[in-house]
Amino acid sequence: MDLAAEVRAGSRLALARLLTEVENGTEQGKAALDTLFPYTGHAHLIGITGSPGTGKSSLVNQLARTFRKFSAARVEESNRVGVLAIDPSSPFTGGALLGDRIRMRDISGDPGIFIRSMASRGALGGLAHATAAAAQVLDAAGYNPILIETVGAGQSEVDIARLAHTVIVLQSPGSGDDIQAIKAGILEIADILVINKADQTGVESTEMALRAMLDLVSPSSRESSGWIPPILRTVATTGEGIQEVCEAVYRHQAYLQASGERKQRDYLRLTSELNCLISDLLVQKWRASLPDGAYHQALEKIHSRECSPLQAALELLQFSPKKV
Amino acid sequence: MTEKKIRVIIAKPGLDGHDRGAKVVARALRDAGMEVIYTGLRQTPEMIAEAALQEDADVVGISILSGAHRTLLPRIMELIRANGQTNVKVFVGGIIPDADVIFLKECGVYAIYGPGTPTTQIVAEVRAAVLGEPQTAA
Repeated sequence: MDLAAEVRAGSRLALARLLTEVENGTEQGKAALDTLFPYTGHAHLIGITGSPGTGKSSLVNQLARTFRKFSAARVEESNRVGVLAIDPSSPFTGGALLGDRIRMRDISGDPGIFIRSMASRGALGGLAHATAAAAQVLDAAGYNPILIETVGAGQSEVDIARLAHTVIVLQSPGSGDDIQAIKAGILEIADILVINKADQTGVESTEMALRAMLDLVSPSSRESSGWIPPILRTVATTGEGIQEVCEAVYRHQAYLQASGERKQRDYLRLTSELNCLISDLLVQKWRASLPDGAYHQALEKIHSRECSPLQAALELLQFSPKKV
Repeated sequence: MTEKKIRVIIAKPGLDGHDRGAKVVARALRDAGMEVIYTGLRQTPEMIAEAALQEDADVVGISILSGAHRTLLPRIMELIRANGQTNVKVFVGGIIPDADVIFLKECGVYAIYGPGTPTTQIVAEVRAAVLGEPQTAA
């Protein structure tokens, strides 16, 4: 039996191996993704993002547990929960220390929860290049929901907005004033805002700043969107407020279905995925069609100021990609 | 198109809380370009085997300073093998009396690193164990 078939049959060893193949971009991984793709599209993908140390892993730990209980009650659904946790790779050595499992002690013995740590491997948007593909594999294996924890994100690591159906943005008390809250970027992508460590001081002012940010949204765009991100308080280490977050996720899921926004988001995601693949493949083929040394010659010319980078690029593009 | 990365789990089973050694080794392997999954303190053998499975680890490094290695290691090895991960290499770091080294090796542990082991040696031997490169141990 090949890996894809074994994954469909429920083998967790095959699932783990396939995730490695997919992460490494091997031919076997690509072939299996093609086979599995028809079985994807069922899982609800939940993104969890926020600054380093706000408690993303602790929240995922609690959410995975609670979702497992919740979906066990809704019998018609699978109650297996997938977790993808991304941590940064070193830009110098390519190595990584993946520490998200430390906070996931409560769920790491549960065979119904599959946790996979991923290193970002040079990607800068808060995810790894293979995260979308890994989510498809878990989806095809019947995991639902799938929780995706991003790299500790600053202000512009917003790739998760394109991948996930529901994005939870985590803040902790005492992180910046109200101007931070109206800057563009990470807060904009939130479907649910969670203030974690709500037992610490400063929680009121953080909530006020976030509420003020939401109030500034123009009435017209609010009416057209129909979803106002709720602001919830949690203490992830004790589990306080977690049930409310899960309920908010289910509400958002229902809203996406009812409003047709789920389809819209799927299209958006598939568009960006298709575009990326096309440009990757074009570049790959074009590189293969380059005569030896042409690229280096162009580089020399730019360096000696014989031509501009744009001129050199146009010249190199004269070599058209070979057909497959 | 990324090359194969060596994935290592570093775990501390049992009740001792001395994790400096585990962190030093984790850091050294990270700096050698490996992807190190650090699971933290007080892991059960079941949790370690489960992590090795889900993470598709090539290597599992176990740090024990409590003296419970004769109980914990056979169990960990048994669970990992029962999951079908026959190729996973397991090494142990910590305080292991000489008399127990043979016992642990018979359980399938491929190396034991006591206090003072140079991290360069650990890196070289981990790489050799996974890739089958000739060992350049100090």
